[in-house]
Amino acid sequence: MEREPLAGPPEALGRKTLESPPPAPQKHFHLQTYLLIALMAIAGPLGNVLLGKGMKGLGELSVWPLSDLLHTGLKILASGSVWLGIASLIAFFVAYMLALSLADYSFVQPASSIAYGVVALLGHLMLGERVSPLRWAGIAVICLGVFVVSLTNPRTTEQV
Amino acid sequence: MPHYFLFALIVVAGTGGELCVSRAMKGVGAVPGFHPADIARVIARALRVPWMWLGLGMMAAAFFALLGALSIYNVSFVVPVTALSYVGGAIGGVTFLRERVSSHRWLGVVLVAIGVTLVFLGKN
Repeated sequence: MEREPLAGPPEALGRKTLESPPPAPQKHFHLQTYLLIALMAIAGPLGNVLLGKGMKGLGELSVWPLSDLLHTGLKILASGSVWLGIASLIAFFVAYMLALSLADYSFVQPASSIAYGVVALLGHLMLGERVSPLRWAGIAVICLGVFVVSLTNPRTTEQV
Repeated sequence: MPHYFLFALIVVAGTGGELCVSRAMKGVGAVPGFHPADIARVIARALRVPWMWLGLGMMAAAFFALLGALSIYNVSFVVPVTALSYVGGAIGGVTFLRERVSSHRWLGVVLVAIGVTLVFLGKN
């Protein structure tokens, strides 16, 4: 294929316009925000639990003398749970950043507290933990609060 | 006495750090989709914003303050105190990020703060 000679002014030929893609429609951005908050509510607690489980599984850790610190460091890095926990927390933080690119901080912060409910439910269903009535009451109040927040418009500012 | 300093650090640096990260992300602009290339581009752009690094530093300081407080006090006392950061966050959203927090959202924020306090009171 031959390039068409003199198709336009010479300065336009070598320059590719870097257009940003059109902004996502409103509905999409709402759905994406909810998906990201759901991911945060799962990945955050999961990361904390995995990290805690990994660290507890290592037993007593000594950081002195320095040879012990090195040994401890290697033991931590050899733990699969610790790596899964770190990966989970990175996923949480990426989801958090992306959610904040779409929605208000004053929307994302309270909405992500639904994680408290996720933790209690997972602990109850998977680990058979006893959840006290006061804690269930707190979770119910959180869910109510998140519901009230979710009635508001997720984004009230324009891009800076 | 200096322990009040730890709690102040947890709430102020924690919320302040998150506000800085929010400021960075608002400047970066909305992620266009969930394609890995889109996500990588947004993250790369965010890491070039000074607010992002200030925010991460403050969040790290708050994290270590939390560890310090937990080594002195019970979790059931420390974490309800940090529920104050929900109210602090909404105030920061209004003043620092110019978000419009409606009365509905205020009500939700207060409910969440109360709920988080109850959750931790009910933990033991």
